Amino acid sequence: MKPAPFEFSRPEALDEALAQLAEPGAQALGGGQSLVPLLNLRLAPASRLIALSHINDLNQISETDEAVLYGAGSRHVAFEDGLVPDASNGLMRHVGGRFAFRAIRTRGTIGGALALADPAADWLVTVVTLQGKLHVTSAGSNRVIEAEDFVLGPYFTALEDGELITAVEIPRRPISERWGYAKFTTKVGEYALSMALALFDDAAGTARLVLGAADGAPIVLSETAAAWAAGESGEGLRASILTELDAAEREFPPARRHMHLTNILRATMDATGS
Amino acid sequence: MTTRISLTVNSVKVEADIEPRLHLGDFLRDHLSLTAAHLGCEHGVCGACTVLIDGQPARSCIALTVSLDGAEITTLEGLADDPLMEVIKQCFHESHGLQCGFCTPGMLVTAWDLLRRQGRMDQHAVREAMSGNLCRCTGYQGIVRSIMAAAEQAETTGLLEPGTPRP
Repeated sequence: MKPAPFEFSRPEALDEALAQLAEPGAQALGGGQSLVPLLNLRLAPASRLIALSHINDLNQISETDEAVLYGAGSRHVAFEDGLVPDASNGLMRHVGGRFAFRAIRTRGTIGGALALADPAADWLVTVVTLQGKLHVTSAGSNRVIEAEDFVLGPYFTALEDGELITAVEIPRRPISERWGYAKFTTKVGEYALSMALALFDDAAGTARLVLGAADGAPIVLSETAAAWAAGESGEGLRASILTELDAAEREFPPARRHMHLTNILRATMDATGS
Repeated sequence: MTTRISLTVNSVKVEADIEPRLHLGDFLRDHLSLTAAHLGCEHGVCGACTVLIDGQPARSCIALTVSLDGAEITTLEGLADDPLMEVIKQCFHESHGLQCGFCTPGMLVTAWDLLRRQGRMDQHAVREAMSGNLCRCTGYQGIVRSIMAAAEQAETTGLLEPGTPRP
C-alpha cells in the first residue's frame, strides 16, 4: 500500500456528499487519475475521500436549444468515443482523445480535470475557448462561474472550501464556426508545453484565440482575435500575438514564448485551413 | 479501519475487508494471488499494471479498490481462454514482442483493447496508442510488429471485422 491511511465514503446523494465535503480534511474523489498518483506519492494530504462516482446528479447530460450540460462526472472517453451530445462542432471529441492514455481517459472525469486546474490540462483551455460555464454547488448555495473566471493561478481556482463542480455547460457554437487546434508535447500523452485553440467564424466575422499551458489561467488573446477576424495576417498577426503574450506578464523564457507564438499561429491556420 | 467490498474478478464473485488505501494492483496481487498485472511505477505512468475495469482498460495502481465496489475486473488471467488474446500472445512470441516480460501483461491487455476498438492500424497509430506502456528492453520494434501481426491474423481468421488499416 502506497498512500497514507484515509477514511472513505461513497455517497449516492449529492446533499450527503456536500455535507461530508464541508468537513475538515475531506477531499472529493472523481476519477482519481490525478489524485490517486498524488496520494501514492504522499503529496496530497487527505484524511477522508468522498467518492463522487455514484452520485447520479453528477453523471447526467442535458440539452437545451442553447447549450449542452455535461455532468462533472462525465469521463474523457465519453467525449473521445462520441457518446455524449456535442455543442462544439467536434472540438471536444477531438480534444478528448488526445491527452494522456486510453487507460487514463477511461477513468478520468471532466469535472475532476477542471477542479485540479493544472495549467497544462487540455479541458481547461478547451472550456475557456468555448466560453463554457461551470455549475458549482455547496451545502448552502449554487452558482455559475464563467470558465474564463474560474482559474486564478496554477492549481488555484475560484472554488471555495466545500464547493463542488456539478456540471460543465457548453453553449452551442454556431455551425458556421470552425476550430483550430495546435499542441506541443515532448511525448505522446504528456502534458502540453503549449496548447492553442482558435475559433473562426467567417460568416459572423468573429474569432477567438486562447493559449493553454501558459503557467496559469489560459490566456485569452482577444485583441489578436479581433484583428484576425478583421483580416489581419502575416507579420501584423504575429506582432499582435507577441504584444498580448507579453502583456500577460507570465515571464515566458524566450524559447517558450516562441513556442507559444508558433502554436497560436498554427491554431489559426488549422481553423482557416490555410 | 477496513471496509467490506464485493466485486467480480475474472467472473468470480469476491468479497473482502480492505483498507481504503489499498489500490487495485495490490488487491489483485496480494489478496487474490493474481500476479499477471505487474506493479512498476505505482503512479500511473508505466502501464504494466493495466487491467480491465468494467471492460475498459485502466491502471490498477491508481484505482482504489474500495471505490470499485460492484465493479467487474478482468485481468490477463481472465483472458487466458480468449481467442483474440491467444493470437496476440502467439504474435508476441513469434515477433519478439517481449524480452524480460515485466511490461508484457500491460502490453497484452492494452493491445487487446486496442485491436477490439480499432482493428488494423498503421504503425504510427499503434505506436501512439501503445505510448502509455513503457518497455525498457525490447526497444518497442518487436512490440509494434507483434501487434500489427496480431491485427492481421485476427482479421484473417475472422476474430476481428476486416477493414483497411486506420491512421
